[in-house]
Amino acid sequence: MSTSGFDSYRPPEPAGRRRRKGRRRAGPSRGGGDGSREMPVVPDAEFGSYYGRPVVKAPPWETDVAAYLFLGGLAAGSGLLAAGAQLTGREALRRSTRLAAITAAGLGAGALVRDLGRPERFLNMLRTVKLTSPMSVGSWILAGFSTCAGVAAADEVDRATGSRLPLGRLRGLLRGAGSAAGLGAGMLAPPLAAYTAVLLSDTAVPTWNEAREELPFVFVSSASLAAGGLAMMTTPVAQAGPARVLAVVGAAGDLVATEVLERRMDETVVETLYQGRPGRYLQVSKVLVAAGGVGALLAGRWRAAGALSGAALLTASALTRLGYFEAGLTSAKDPKYTVEPQKRRLAERRRRGITDDSITTVE
Amino acid sequence: MGQLFGPTNPAVDAGWQHTHPRKGFFTDTSVCIGCKACEVACKEWNHVPSDPDPQLLGSSYDNTGGLGANTWRHVAFVEQDAERIARARRSGRALVDLGMPSVGPPPGRGTAGASAPGGGADGSAAGGAGGSTGGADDYGGLHDAARLGPPVSTGVPGDGPIDTTPPDTPEFRWLMSSDVCKHCTHAGCLDACPTGALFRTEFGSVVVQDDVCNGCGTCVAACPFGVIERRSDGTAAPGERGPQQGPTREGGIAQKCTLCYDRLTDGQQPACAQTCPTESIRFGNHEELVATARERVAELHARGMTEARLYGANQNDGVGGTGSVFLLLDEPETYGLPPDPRVPTADLPQMFSRAGWAAAGMLATAALAFLGRRR
Ligand code: SF4
Ligand code: SF4
Repeated sequence: MSTSGFDSYRPPEPAGRRRRKGRRRAGPSRGGGDGSREMPVVPDAEFGSYYGRPVVKAPPWETDVAAYLFLGGLAAGSGLLAAGAQLTGREALRRSTRLAAITAAGLGAGALVRDLGRPERFLNMLRTVKLTSPMSVGSWILAGFSTCAGVAAADEVDRATGSRLPLGRLRGLLRGAGSAAGLGAGMLAPPLAAYTAVLLSDTAVPTWNEAREELPFVFVSSASLAAGGLAMMTTPVAQAGPARVLAVVGAAGDLVATEVLERRMDETVVETLYQGRPGRYLQVSKVLVAAGGVGALLAGRWRAAGALSGAALLTASALTRLGYFEAGLTSAKDPKYTVEPQKRRLAERRRRGITDDSITTVE
Repeated sequence: MGQLFGPTNPAVDAGWQHTHPRKGFFTDTSVCIGCKACEVACKEWNHVPSDPDPQLLGSSYDNTGGLGANTWRHVAFVEQDAERIARARRSGRALVDLGMPSVGPPPGRGTAGASAPGGGADGSAAGGAGGSTGGADDYGGLHDAARLGPPVSTGVPGDGPIDTTPPDTPEFRWLMSSDVCKHCTHAGCLDACPTGALFRTEFGSVVVQDDVCNGCGTCVAACPFGVIERRSDGTAAPGERGPQQGPTREGGIAQKCTLCYDRLTDGQQPACAQTCPTESIRFGNHEELVATARERVAELHARGMTEARLYGANQNDGVGGTGSVFLLLDEPETYGLPPDPRVPTADLPQMFSRAGWAAAGMLATAALAFLGRRR
């Protein structure tokens, strides 16, 4: 290191300065300032940032979008149950789930539109079909599902009101269309439940992107247990059997997928799933999933206990979505979650001898 | 649908039939003097509104903060002490030691002798050899910010005008870098946009169509560099906004650098490049700029500045190379750039396939739930 006679005049470096820049120091400085010496084998275990400012940007999404994740999943699960109920002749279950599907889909779509920067242009979502855009694919899925669920629900309302809708001879048409639409909604339901995971993961937001392998499984499980839970609350136990099965399997899947996700996620980024408000949401959600799942399994045949378990599951699903949503936003706001994993994976590739794919080059 | 990752010509990949050369920027931060002329020229030309909430950020001379809807060029200021300078050199050196092709001096060779002041052999250094501080150590006279500014006084009477610019010394340096949209070969923003508002121009750049974007914000999260942002809709509570400002232009939609698409179609260069007094920002054919950038980094290495490195010049990187190439003097993250960006869409096929399995599982579960027990 170069020294000069003036060094002694400089005040000692203030201790707080580095912290302000969001830097963690591993040890005392090493010499070799001319850069010509050998690089130490162990890379610096610290990360630099530009005044602690974010590297990537969190999307400008409000809680509306988290609400949509929940409602969309609930709609999907309900649509699936409705199709099954329709095919197996469970009238009460079909009624409650069809109505749940359209209500949740409608509210969810409303939340999505409200979150746009230019809500009056929401139809632009269907301006093109773009397979590289999960938002585009999802918009088409949601539009298709909502249309089907809407027709099925109209049919259901007409039946429930004792054919009192002024339809005349169109009633027969509605019955046929309602059945076809109910099955259509059932086919579109699983993609509707799963695509939101891709929507989140296909971003540079560290937590969401890191979770890309497991998040679809968490989300379909969450959708299943939510819809199963709601059906347990709204349907007589005699017909709610399939809803209970869906809820229990969903709960088990949720817990397993979450466990795998947390184990495989980058050691730094996974913090965002434990810390702060999102951490608490996810923690409570796990407890509720377990409780609701066990409740549905053991006591689901009693209406009150079943309804209580259902409520627990429904709440759990909402908290899961909110938790992952907010954890992602947190991870985008702290540069450490972007820089540290990237440096690690770069170093790992270099260790394996891959040196030709770095964005930084000297050639 | 084009290619999702790997080397390609983005304009051809997007379906342009003719062969326009790809255009881009080369931002050589070693000659940036931090005048922010680029920020200003960009705002003026593109009618980018002022920051609704200007603040003194306490980060050297940077009160802009970072790129965003209302900042399409951003000049970063980093103050570094001797230790940080040494660390930057080591990390640059390490890139060479990794076995990457390099033209720098062989490891272990002293660098003091290479510190011929001035230089300007690359033709970019407009001012020439003004700023030698003596060449007694390997930093003297090397830093181009000093070189291109008014001559730094050596303290010798009659040596020229007395200048108050703080010189770059072994103990201190100032990094300045003008950041901009990278106009990625594989642009996350463009891939993720559901409306088709973002499109690839014939010059290989990425541009938002203001009348199509509905402000869904998908692109914001999909950019690995944190560049594009949704402009706030301009409605603000009374008192929050200065009296001189009307409603925000293009509020509620995504905004970012357009590589001055309007100017390009008229055969002009982007406003920032035209205004840059030191030619730190250069505009031109992407291929030629990358070649220039390589020469420049080789030259700096030859002169002992092993901290110099290119950012975005590698078409094998996670975004297929960038249209805006940078020469940096420290690790990318020091400037707020991601060290190993990867376009999220590169993994999209796997993500969709995982989602497909998950959806199939859900369908199967429901089928079992209904068929398993007929009751
Ligand atoms: S840097 Fe970001 S905004 Fe610019 S082209 Fe790449 S992905 Fe899009
Ligand atoms: S905000 Fe506009 S440009 Fe960005 S993804 Fe949505 S529609 Fe496309």
